[in-house]
Amino acid sequence: MEALTNVEKANNTFLEEAEKWSGEKLSLCYQCLKCTAGCPTAPSMDIRPNSIIRMIQMGKKKEVLESSAIWFCVYCQTCGTRCPNEIHIGVLMDALREMAMREGIHAKEKNIHLFHEAFIQSVRRGGRAHEVTMLMDYVLRSRDLMKGSLIPGVKLFLKGKFPLLPSFVKGRGEIKRIFEKCTKAK
Amino acid sequence: MKKLGVFICHCGVNIAGTVDVKSVAGKMEEVKDVSHSADYIYMCSEPGQQLIREAIREKGLEGVVVACCSPSMHENTFRKAVKSEGMNPYLCEIANIREQCSWVHQKEKQRATEKAEEIILATLKKVRENEKLEAISVSINRSVLVIGGGIAGMTAALDLAEGGYEVILLEKEQALGGHMTQLSKTFPDLHPALPNLFAKAKEIEKHPGIDLHCYSEMEDVKGYVGNFELTIRKKATHVDWEKCNGCGLCIRDCPVEYVSQFERGLGVRKAIDLLYPKSVPDKPVVHRDHCRYFIDGSCRKCEEVCPEKAIRFNQEDERIGKKVGAIVVATGFDLYPREKLGEYGYGEIPDVIDGLSLERMLSADGPTQGKIVRPSDGKVPKEMVFIQCVASRDPDRYMPYCSRICCMYTAKQAKIYKEQVPDGQPYIFYMDIRSDGKGYEEFLQKTIEEEGLLYLRGRVSRIFQDNGKVRVLGVDTLTGNMVEVAADMVVLATAVVPSDGVKDLAAKLRATVDRHGFLTEAHIKLYPVESSTKGIYLAGCGQGPKDISDTVSQASATASKIQALLSTDQLLQDPLIAFVDEHICSGCGICVEICPYEAREMDSRRGISVVHSALCQGCGACIGACPNFACELRNSSSIQTLRMMDTFV
Repeated sequence: MEALTNVEKANNTFLEEAEKWSGEKLSLCYQCLKCTAGCPTAPSMDIRPNSIIRMIQMGKKKEVLESSAIWFCVYCQTCGTRCPNEIHIGVLMDALREMAMREGIHAKEKNIHLFHEAFIQSVRRGGRAHEVTMLMDYVLRSRDLMKGSLIPGVKLFLKGKFPLLPSFVKGRGEIKRIFEKCTKAK
Repeated sequence: MKKLGVFICHCGVNIAGTVDVKSVAGKMEEVKDVSHSADYIYMCSEPGQQLIREAIREKGLEGVVVACCSPSMHENTFRKAVKSEGMNPYLCEIANIREQCSWVHQKEKQRATEKAEEIILATLKKVRENEKLEAISVSINRSVLVIGGGIAGMTAALDLAEGGYEVILLEKEQALGGHMTQLSKTFPDLHPALPNLFAKAKEIEKHPGIDLHCYSEMEDVKGYVGNFELTIRKKATHVDWEKCNGCGLCIRDCPVEYVSQFERGLGVRKAIDLLYPKSVPDKPVVHRDHCRYFIDGSCRKCEEVCPEKAIRFNQEDERIGKKVGAIVVATGFDLYPREKLGEYGYGEIPDVIDGLSLERMLSADGPTQGKIVRPSDGKVPKEMVFIQCVASRDPDRYMPYCSRICCMYTAKQAKIYKEQVPDGQPYIFYMDIRSDGKGYEEFLQKTIEEEGLLYLRGRVSRIFQDNGKVRVLGVDTLTGNMVEVAADMVVLATAVVPSDGVKDLAAKLRATVDRHGFLTEAHIKLYPVESSTKGIYLAGCGQGPKDISDTVSQASATASKIQALLSTDQLLQDPLIAFVDEHICSGCGICVEICPYEAREMDSRRGISVVHSALCQGCGACIGACPNFACELRNSSSIQTLRMMDTFV
């Protein structure tokens, strides 16, 4: 990069790439910080959502894709609902995760992508997430026994939030086709 | 003893929140000659005025004090109200208990209440001695002088001429149009600047009601509202414009070329030339400083080729006298001088230019036929830096104000650049983006979305030449990182400043300018297009930076204000002016010298000084200066002032 130090690509290729992958108009962001102000996971992120967008505009591909912030987003969509410029940052974060995986960049947070995998597999099986089988899947994949989450897990189970048997949606065939199409598109 | 009335306004909570208005009203009732005292939430409202009118009718009041806001706000309102009940309006006075009391003493309610009482008591003392006065009637000349032939002056002149008034339009350059003729496209609609402007200019040229004087300046002005006497200097063009057929042979054959100011130094012009191609009027001028004939008596090429024999080397400046009733000052702007912007390398680095220079490049009739190229080597710039707020919003070293047009024209220029150079990258350094006009924010957002402009928030710290590039150092405060751009070209959005010579002109017109040289309006909200001198009106950037739409709106507002002023043959003026006690005046003439309005004159026959009632503005300078106490101001006599002061001390 010759023209601008600290900006990875002068012709905004990372911005274009991220806009194409996410389908979001990131150049519109004027840094009002509404997204970060409402984000429940922002306090734990290494880079705040608004800064992620600014860094994309500045072409800082490596820093963005290597951040743990993109893996911390829980897709609650508070940011996207509130954004005055209709930028759905949840969708963007998802796109950034995909871009990171394609680039072979592993998530800074250990195992976090395995949790995502377990979640997706659970949805693939039943059309909706089933917590117990999903967690078993994750534990098997990661060999992480999630000791810290044991007590909250038991409490949730006792309140009936963790049904033992999975329930399936009606159109499982359609779910299957969606997954097939998505895999093909990739 | 007069029967007086006191009316105390709450002004919502503005006064009543600090001053105990009920107790003040009670106290005033106890004053001997006050036969009516009342308070009301908004005295200026219709029911409030009704209270005053009823009291005058029922109690037969002979004088009124309204305790409220500043007299510049509502003195006229209340004087009209008392007049409708048959009272002489000059028996109504304002006691200012808002600006001079409640607003400044909000934390001391008790003492503010006492002060309000004193202000009202003092004003009562004044009213007791007020005379009944009648407005002074002055005959007026119903034509208008417009100084400046830019978009502001052109709009005002056309509006006035369409309204049936005779207009004299002065332009110091040789053609109409002002800075707008230098622009390419205008925001937010991206319409080219010239076609609309030309249509207006042509209309002015042909209008029977407009007497157009290009290449002319105002040399002197005398008189007062309704009756100004002007001396106009028509500079020698050395071309008989009546005879000239606009063939352009003289321009073609002129051997002298010099750097053109109009092209911002990017192009050249001839010693005999038009201001710009197809200018209105399309007549050339011989520029004496560059013409060989005027330098060494040689050449005379233009004279040889002119088929109409229209060249007049011996032509001299001409002075003409005119009379008008009102004057519009539409003197426009300049950009901040480049020699004072060394910090940005402007004037030293050839590829650092200003916004107006880029406008010339973007114009199809400009020095590069609309192409953006580096002035140093003519190459197309691939990395283009725009810097906003250059010399604006910098109170310490430059101008403290916002120049108001730069945010939008920078976005427009970056958009046109990106369309012309699709693989180029525009970077824009900014402090804030101010896009307050109608459709501006939408234009800006759309431009950012479509053109991928990179806005970097922060001021530039350094610009220097490096290996054929212009290196720009700065910070992006949104990421907190230092940034450095190796640019091919830098465009500075420099500050808008008043055009040259406005201060001298203002002095001639007795209009005032602020510390930056912008003409000051009589009141920013109540009288925004009037100057502090009656009959002198303002339009365009001479009053303050503004874009084309605001300029046109303001010019039309000015024109309609003047139409109202000139709608009658007689003008009524306030009679609150100076007068002379003939028995005391010794004829020393100090007042004649000191009067800023030339309203004092010596009557040589009687050996005393007299007041020109139409010129006097009642400023009181002569009263202070008179060594014999022979001057007094109507309804503000020394006795009245001393009695008022007695109340306070």
